[in-house]
Amino acid sequence: MNKTSIALLIFIAAAIVVLISYTGDLTTYETIASAKERPGKFVNLITTIDKQHPIEYDPVKNPNYLTFTAKDSLGASIRVIYRNNKPTDMEKSDRLVLKGKVVDGQFECKDILMKCPSKYKDAPNQIVAPAAS
Amino acid sequence: MNYIGEHLLPGQIGHFFTLLFLVSSLVATIAFFVAGYGRITQEEKNAWNRLARISFAVETISILTMFATLYYIISHHYFEYKYAYNHSDKGLQLEYLLSCFWEGQEGSFMLWAFWHCFLGWIFIARKSFWENGVLGVLNFAQFCLSTMLIGLYFWGNKVGSNPFILLRLDTEAPIFKNPEYLTLLRDGKGLNTLLQNYWMVIHPPVLFLGFASTIIPFALAIAGLLAKSSTWTKTALSWAGFSAAVLGLGVMMGAAWAYESLTFGGYWAWDPVENASMVPWLILIAGLHTNLIFHHTGYSLRATCFFYILSFCLILYSTFLTRSGILGDTSVHAFTDLEMNTQLVLFVLVFFLPALGLFFFRYRSLPAKEKEEDSYSREFWLFIGSLVLFLSGLIIIAQTSVPVFNKIFGTKIAPPEDVEFAYNQVQIFVAIVIGLLTAVTQYLKYKTTTRSYLGKNIWGPTVLALVISLLISWLGDINYAKKGPGFLWAIHVALFAAIYSVIANTSYIWLVLKGKIKAAGASVAHLGFGLMLVGILISSSKKTVLSWNTTGITPLSTDNKKSAAGDPAENITLFKGVRTDMGKYWVTYKNDSIRSTDKKRFFDIAFESKKGNEQFSLYPDVMKQNKGGEGFAANPAARHYWNKDIFVYITSFQDTDQTDTSRFQPKNIRVGDTLMYNSGWMRLDSVSVNPASKQHLFEAGEMALFLNMTVEAKNGGRYPLTPGMAIRGTQWRPIIDTVVAQSLAVSFNKVVDEKKGLLEIGVKQNASVSSLLTLKVYEFPMINLLWLGTILMVTGFFMAVFQRAQKRASAAS
Repeated sequence: MNKTSIALLIFIAAAIVVLISYTGDLTTYETIASAKERPGKFVNLITTIDKQHPIEYDPVKNPNYLTFTAKDSLGASIRVIYRNNKPTDMEKSDRLVLKGKVVDGQFECKDILMKCPSKYKDAPNQIVAPAAS
Repeated sequence: MNYIGEHLLPGQIGHFFTLLFLVSSLVATIAFFVAGYGRITQEEKNAWNRLARISFAVETISILTMFATLYYIISHHYFEYKYAYNHSDKGLQLEYLLSCFWEGQEGSFMLWAFWHCFLGWIFIARKSFWENGVLGVLNFAQFCLSTMLIGLYFWGNKVGSNPFILLRLDTEAPIFKNPEYLTLLRDGKGLNTLLQNYWMVIHPPVLFLGFASTIIPFALAIAGLLAKSSTWTKTALSWAGFSAAVLGLGVMMGAAWAYESLTFGGYWAWDPVENASMVPWLILIAGLHTNLIFHHTGYSLRATCFFYILSFCLILYSTFLTRSGILGDTSVHAFTDLEMNTQLVLFVLVFFLPALGLFFFRYRSLPAKEKEEDSYSREFWLFIGSLVLFLSGLIIIAQTSVPVFNKIFGTKIAPPEDVEFAYNQVQIFVAIVIGLLTAVTQYLKYKTTTRSYLGKNIWGPTVLALVISLLISWLGDINYAKKGPGFLWAIHVALFAAIYSVIANTSYIWLVLKGKIKAAGASVAHLGFGLMLVGILISSSKKTVLSWNTTGITPLSTDNKKSAAGDPAENITLFKGVRTDMGKYWVTYKNDSIRSTDKKRFFDIAFESKKGNEQFSLYPDVMKQNKGGEGFAANPAARHYWNKDIFVYITSFQDTDQTDTSRFQPKNIRVGDTLMYNSGWMRLDSVSVNPASKQHLFEAGEMALFLNMTVEAKNGGRYPLTPGMAIRGTQWRPIIDTVVAQSLAVSFNKVVDEKKGLLEIGVKQNASVSSLLTLKVYEFPMINLLWLGTILMVTGFFMAVFQRAQKRASAAS
């Protein structure tokens, strides 16, 4: 066997090892209920903002503290604490992907990914003409 | 119904040329192939060739006309067209009109198709033997692109999305019942604010030229496989070099845009969209190097074919990834889902499967050398390098493809907790290997190298690099301990490899090439790449947050920082006119103003260095979101030094547009009383004298009274509120407290009746309680090395391409 083939085998083996170890780092999407059952586990939640409860953010008091309530499609809800600034346009997004873990019944959020309804896509009902007077 | 005021002609012209584009690209595909591969006489061949070129000309005219027509529609604000309505508005500045093209998918495909035509004509002009094969493949890609633009239905399936469609034909809305709906449709939805940036005018054209150019090496490989010949590799070298330069530049321009106008605080986030455009580049670089090996020694033809095929197919795959919406929850780039997923998958497969099939079918017949490469040969280490690049790309794309995996197998796997680290921990070793290889390999000769030649030249640079990198490791204060000592070690080793690469390539130009700059293309490119690595390593490992919240107005004590999610506390609050302590600097939010041309609101943030007397101002700005948003998009500002950037952006601010006309309304209150305000109630719980928790608000010698109040908003929020007053003798001053979330300010005015415990407070509620903003400030050391390295690398590629072209010209004459 020549050197090139040996190098090829070694590198491919290394690549496989890397990818297998990567699968160990991967996390999962959970529902709020299943995340609550496993406190401390790093999970991803797909949620919307529960508008029944206030979004609290007061930069005068603390610019690094945001708290709000999130609910998922199954109806469960959880208080979310995000120790960072409030993402712009958070109220407008129709879906939030929250990354973090449940601690003491609250969701300690590390990262928020927002999905805005119409960043590039047109929603038919958005075409509203100004009132013709 | 007869609609009034519509301009139908441009759309009809546009759609006609779209169909013409479709037909002519199909005819050109067939004609180029028949002329090249048909068993026909020379005369017939010439006729087919004429037809092919005429069709290609028609195709080129079509795409240019489509561009002109769409530009006409957008620039005349014909909002009856969906594209103009969705991607532009009347207030848009002239220089961003072009950006409207690439906000939408259709415009991007048009741009891509345009570059294909451009490259096709250059290829024809160079009178290559491979014209028929390459132009045939290229035109087939054009045909596929044209199907993305026709927007017709076949048996209920939508094929493509027509950029010239009328809004009313695409969308159902009540206003289209009115024949004069255009008088109501006064303005479009506008261009996404994030794209209103000068980088967004030039980055997409360059990137798409890079995308488009990968088809030439691919097509050459296919044509070569069909013809069972390998002479195409000569032609491919220049084209692959050009492609590597432009694609690399395009990707890095995207990084520069992200750095300058996005607010994730960096230039690279391993976002799927970034990965998807970088991986084809890595594979292309692998192919370029194996191509060199074959050119000089006859090894690695198979690998070259494979890499060129893969590189182009990965471009198609990246189109699928970024435009199908499949990335959904993993990417911040919210591209549209135009319901064309099947079509996008087919676009990948229609190239990938036949190309791979052809490759394996011809695999045995591809010439390969039996004799093993020498360990002291350039080709051996070039091949190892290519292999590492290939596997690095493969790993990145596999990690990026998790959502695709989820889709196919119905799993629910999410990205890891620390996405960037998951990539960094692997790629840092790739950086080490590639850094070392780019340093050493040029000192080796093809076939075999004598030990004395290698020894004579390599010791100097090696020792110098070792000394410099040890000095940096020792004095540079690189302490990225967040990820453990192993990773920190890897950073230091990678730093050595990168510096080695810079030094070795610089000395190669002087020592071996004797300063012959003309021949130094490869060394300059490698030198640039090395500098990029140095810049990446230092700026990432030494990136520091300057805006650690040190103002003391946070009610959370510091031990909260060690909570489960960690407390970034990277935001600092500034009140207008108040000089605030921020680590190395004093910062003051002085003023803000709105620029009339683009409605950007600029904030004047003054920095004063505590050491020395450096003073400067930065002007980060925010821009009102236009697409379904009432919030603001922030644009960072940076102060550039030769060795670092101070990088700042606004994370939130209080809108003080309305002038403050409301006044404090006096109200009487007793302990236990509840008062109404516009959106809730407030209760006075108790009064405290000189409370320790408020000590920072009054001075020694003052007596302070604070009212402990609770505000309960109608929407359920509860907020503590403690207005107070500080008294010194007969003098007193109010200490006003606010609930910003409720736009509420309360003052403690006076004691009305001491015996009855009756107090007077002032209540004010309006939109502007006070002018304040929060910001994040970072310091990026040595970021300029990254940009300088990019420029050098691209220059090096172009030098190599130019030199090769000259050589060919002189050989021909």
